[in-house]
Amino acid sequence: MLGYIDKIREIGERLFTDGKVDVVIGFAKGSMPMMNEPMMARSSGDLQKMVWDGNCGINLANYLTNRKEKIGIVAKGCDSRNIVTHIIENKIKRDQLYIIGVPCKGMIDRRAISKAVPGEVTEVIETRDSIRVKGRDFDETFDRGDVLQKNCAVCLHRNPVIYDELVADPVVEQTGIDRYEDVRKIDSLSTEEKWRFFDDLLSPCVRCYACRNACPLCYCPTCFVDESKPQWVGKGIDDIDIKTFHFLRAYHCAGRCTDCGSCERSCPVGINMRVLTKKLEMDCKDLFDWEAGLTLDKRPPLDTYRPDDPNNFIK
Amino acid sequence: MTDARHAVRKTGRHQAKANRQLLYKRVESMKVVKIDKKKWDQGLAALKGVYRIFSPVKMKDAFEFKALEENENPDLGGLNTRLSAKGLIYPQTEAMFTYTLDESREDHHIMSPVETDYSPRAVIGLRPCDADAFLLVQRNFDTPQYKDPYWIDAYEATTIVGLACENPCSTCFCTSAGSGPFNETGLDVLMVETKDGYILKSVTPKGESLIAASGWNDEISPEEAQKQIEPLKTAAEQKISSVVETDQLKNKDAMTIYNAPFWDDVAFACINCGTCTFVCPTCWCFDIQDETHKTEGVRMRNWDSCMFPLFTLHGSGHNPRGEKVQRVRQRFMHKLKYYVDKYNDGIQCVGCGRCVRACPVNIDIRKVCSLMNQPENATCAAQS
Repeated sequence: MLGYIDKIREIGERLFTDGKVDVVIGFAKGSMPMMNEPMMARSSGDLQKMVWDGNCGINLANYLTNRKEKIGIVAKGCDSRNIVTHIIENKIKRDQLYIIGVPCKGMIDRRAISKAVPGEVTEVIETRDSIRVKGRDFDETFDRGDVLQKNCAVCLHRNPVIYDELVADPVVEQTGIDRYEDVRKIDSLSTEEKWRFFDDLLSPCVRCYACRNACPLCYCPTCFVDESKPQWVGKGIDDIDIKTFHFLRAYHCAGRCTDCGSCERSCPVGINMRVLTKKLEMDCKDLFDWEAGLTLDKRPPLDTYRPDDPNNFIK
Repeated sequence: MTDARHAVRKTGRHQAKANRQLLYKRVESMKVVKIDKKKWDQGLAALKGVYRIFSPVKMKDAFEFKALEENENPDLGGLNTRLSAKGLIYPQTEAMFTYTLDESREDHHIMSPVETDYSPRAVIGLRPCDADAFLLVQRNFDTPQYKDPYWIDAYEATTIVGLACENPCSTCFCTSAGSGPFNETGLDVLMVETKDGYILKSVTPKGESLIAASGWNDEISPEEAQKQIEPLKTAAEQKISSVVETDQLKNKDAMTIYNAPFWDDVAFACINCGTCTFVCPTCWCFDIQDETHKTEGVRMRNWDSCMFPLFTLHGSGHNPRGEKVQRVRQRFMHKLKYYVDKYNDGIQCVGCGRCVRACPVNIDIRKVCSLMNQPENATCAAQS
């Protein structure tokens, strides 16, 4: 995966030279270990600033919403699935895009690494299979597979599902993965235990809305929490208001979420709100045999209506 | 609870002030005491009788400020807290008034002030950068013209014991933002960890009173204290590897910076969440909301964020900062240019580095500050 950048630059340069795109969206090297910054190259010169490594976890489909230019975009498996969703939901047109597909081996969980070492991480050296982490008084090496973002560890679609060009041969998809172990564990709790679990899960929330804003699905012109007429949700840090925000947002993502992990990655207080979206993802799989963002030919189950629907409740 | 504190709790705001004056009676010379770890617990217990104590405590994966329970101790071993100490004086949500819409009641539609506990509190273990930040925020809440009673009462009730920062993070840039790891500005007591305990140096009469109340009385001379503190201070300052360039901000024309070509690139990655403003110890903007349940309501104020489109949305539907780039520019212009021009006392930033660490997309105020400091050198290449 570390060798991808040369190919990304080469494709980008060709796209600029051939006048196929106005801009290319990718990642620039971050100013801190394990952080990269989404960037938009406007000319081939800018492409030199692009990087590709295990710190490109933010979903770039989020930067496509309602754009008008012709765009080259670097897309991992999850980004590509959200691009599909964006196209289906008319947030971008397929013919505006040149999708530079990146077969992905998973992104690094910076929080897991920070937690596992005795101090501040000041340098990270990534190789194909390992992550070496240095700080003032430590120098440790982890197996890459042990420090992946939680969503990447259970990812079943590492290869882009839609692309114009791949930067490398597809990677082998993971098999034998149980995607929903965590959800079933919560399902098995009693009502009181569930309530306590959600209390604990969401107690650090400061309502910065980083989860919502990092999410490519959350593009409503006015989010329900920002409505004032009527005001659906209080604005303070009342725990019922906080829960209302998180639960409702998750429901809005039902059948659309690709578990890209941007929400959890973005959260400044480390909340794993993915357990909420994953529950709905699991239900969509069970009820409709549906996985979001795999095809342009079908609409998501929750935005279609069929008069001959086999279920009675809808008639 | 001691009688003194009980009395304060029972009475209103005016009485609280009178009690405070008793606690903070002025003394002449500033005291320095040495405490070993054994006496630490004793003194802390004594302080708990007089003050409500707030300290960093490890919660889940991070250190946060919290009111200490009877048997709880401050957790001073961590790096800086995830959220700043701002919320101790200026809570994210604060009830100001209550009201009723029940017209059968005589006081319907009349705002009643909320009784808040302004009994003496002490914050133990905050970093000097956060203490300095209170003074920056004070410029907004405590002006000759406008006095914000909530902020002022809370601030006056608080004695600040700052822990000198001997292990700054790589993202800390306090020394070039007008603060420093051993900075005493805004502190009542400077607390320095030494090999066998702590040195507590009172900086204000409030601090003096706290030391008196603690029973820590192993006094050392200010000269001796200085001798021990100085090398630690130098060592800490040398560990700060990160700087911001601010020398030109004052001289540059505001519109030159405002119209500089780099803003689109700076703003591109921004997702317009409120993380930077919420973790910032110096961001002070708020929103006032009435929340009514059936007939009973609360008027409260909540932290707001200039990153949110709603922040500037007019009743007419017009939004003067409707675009992301305008909001991103506003935040940096406010902190690094408008504030500099208005108060002539440096930037509205103490260099705690929290926004750098917490930004989900790695927008880095240090880079933006350098761009703004030399706008004529900047091309569109904000990412370089």
